[in-house]
Amino acid sequence: MSISLTEKAAKRAKRYLDSRGKGVGLKFGVKTTGCSGMAYILEFVDEVSPEDQVFESHGIKILVDPKSLIYIDGTELDFVKEGVNEGFQFNNPNVKDSCGCGESFTV
Amino acid sequence: MALLQISEPGKSTMPHEHRRVIGIDLGTTNSLVASVISGSPTILNLNNKSNLLPSVIHYSKDNILVGNDAKKLLSKDPKNTISSVKRLIGKTIGDINKDNFPLNLEDGDGVINIKTSIGIKNPIEVSAEILKSLRTVAEKKLGGELMGAVVTVPAYFDDAQRQATKDACQLSGLNILRLINEPTAAAVAYGLDKKSMGHFVIFDLGGGTFDVSILNLTKGLFEVLSTHGNANLGGDDFDQAIVNFLSHKYKLNIKDIEIQSTISILAKEIKESLSNNKEVEVLKVINGKEIQETFTREQFKTLVDDLIKQTIEATKSALNDAKLSTDEIDGIIMVGGSTRMPCIQEAVKSFFKQDLLNDLNPDEVVALGAAIQANILAGNGQEDLLLLDVTPLSLGIETMGSIVERIIPRNTTLPVAMAQEFTTYQDGQTAMSIHVVQGERELVDDCRSLAKFTLRKIPPMVAGAAKIKVTFQVDTDGLLSVSAEETTTNVKASIEVKPSYGLSEDKIKTMLQSSYDLAEEDKNSRILAEAKVDANQLIELTQKALDTDKDLLTESELSQIKNGLKDLINALNSSNKDKIKEATKKLNSQSEPFAAKRMDRSIQKALTGKSINKLEL
Repeated sequence: MSISLTEKAAKRAKRYLDSRGKGVGLKFGVKTTGCSGMAYILEFVDEVSPEDQVFESHGIKILVDPKSLIYIDGTELDFVKEGVNEGFQFNNPNVKDSCGCGESFTV
Repeated sequence: MALLQISEPGKSTMPHEHRRVIGIDLGTTNSLVASVISGSPTILNLNNKSNLLPSVIHYSKDNILVGNDAKKLLSKDPKNTISSVKRLIGKTIGDINKDNFPLNLEDGDGVINIKTSIGIKNPIEVSAEILKSLRTVAEKKLGGELMGAVVTVPAYFDDAQRQATKDACQLSGLNILRLINEPTAAAVAYGLDKKSMGHFVIFDLGGGTFDVSILNLTKGLFEVLSTHGNANLGGDDFDQAIVNFLSHKYKLNIKDIEIQSTISILAKEIKESLSNNKEVEVLKVINGKEIQETFTREQFKTLVDDLIKQTIEATKSALNDAKLSTDEIDGIIMVGGSTRMPCIQEAVKSFFKQDLLNDLNPDEVVALGAAIQANILAGNGQEDLLLLDVTPLSLGIETMGSIVERIIPRNTTLPVAMAQEFTTYQDGQTAMSIHVVQGERELVDDCRSLAKFTLRKIPPMVAGAAKIKVTFQVDTDGLLSVSAEETTTNVKASIEVKPSYGLSEDKIKTMLQSSYDLAEEDKNSRILAEAKVDANQLIELTQKALDTDKDLLTESELSQIKNGLKDLINALNSSNKDKIKEATKKLNSQSEPFAAKRMDRSIQKALTGKSINKLEL
């Protein structure tokens, strides 16, 4: 089981966490919704739930609930710039298909 | 592939429901756009160069330029280059002094028309160009269409100016979530909304305008208690003080546009440099004259002492209006690039005897606060925040005798809905004209007329029987809608007040001041007007009664009433309120027995010919 961040994503996440002033790390997850089955969750975490799996990458804690983990195991979160638009991207090896916009996916 | 941002716990948005929202500080000199990105309010910078978009537009046959490109053409093509359009928006030609603008301005049926080489433009269209430009930047930066925007306006903006700003947003294709007051946005940027309560001063000295506002915070709600300022005082005046000093000392001809522009730039450099350094050496040749000076902070302070005093005076007035003293203030926020000047900081600090909130970039504070508010309104944030603004002047309607009946008093927090019941003045009256006015004076002529509409189809009834409920509602953007309803029959009429012209801050100030100065006079005019209304009504009623039921009276009673009537009519013509009141009272008591007799007769009439068991008692 592995979940990781690229160095760029970790740097960005650290900056956002610092400016937010609180939070223990990031939460990754999926929820069933969207035009193609599932969508990612990417949130700050203030409290760790006991069932969460904890990963650490480049000094950033990542929490994943066990149900989500099966869909995103092996995922690496990257931070990318597309022109002037910038944001995070899930590189998830489990994805078979995603909708045109990439906001939701199926495994 | 869509790119994600980190959300607050539990606030992940559904796919295709990313709520991209922005905050816009639409400034007189510069405008900014900001958004909350992964939890951090961030200024969206323009083309990776500057965060500030100069609020300048240049129109030509080939294109429309916005920002720096337009600013460069200010002196070259002044008639087609529009700056400070915020001073024109929501106003009519009568509200402004045309000489203050290097543009071709004309009256355009309620708006100001700006004649350019490609045709007539109005301030709403010009502002929309600025907004469009910011919107484009934001959509590129955030990667998609925007759900909406929060745009800031000065706290003293009136209905017309707010509506015009909204219209400009719409024209630019922005969905406006809310207009909020600039001082409130600044307070939100400093996170003051997270405190439970307090009084805060927002000291906003920009490039060309100065505003000071007092906010009251209770349980996370902001309320603007008072605002003061000067629409024509800003950083440019501080530059001008240096320009005057230099041009006087070195006998430079500042009427020459080129010399003026060189010396203005130099003055600005000196001023800005003094914000970081205790003294500045100047060595420059202008028009063949060598300028050699050492400016110290003290020297600069002497030059601008008058300007500093003006800002402190306005602050005092704002405190007075809010009925607060300096030791009741829990925080002072510095907004606007000009508050970087150490002399300003020192003056404000020593006036309040406490440290200032100035660690955020003063140019960006308002836009950041607007972005935070937009984020909350879009439901992306955690907690809800309600922003309360106030009505700058009282709102009311005209009643008989041109008297103002106040419905919503000045400084009432928004949103607000208040209703008052009115009635008809004459028998069989089927229509009522509602004249909406704004101001603090007692008589309609001394207030500002906002709108007029008529409630028709009131069923004919005797005077005073109809119940007309007039409701005033002002929304969170400060826009007023007025409705009138005859409650027994549900006949309705309403109007959305989009006043066709605006008020300058100075005008609001003058209106307030005159209401204080002339309070006594106003009270007397009101009493006189009311007395006249009462008297006229009594005369009319008495005459009508005499027409129908004269036969009930004895000769002496009749002549007594007739005399009373004559006296009252004479008193009315004298315009002496005491005489009118006295004569009204007299006639009232004289006609009392007459009224009783008439009452008896009408009861008798009603009962005649009806058997006792058919009467509904």
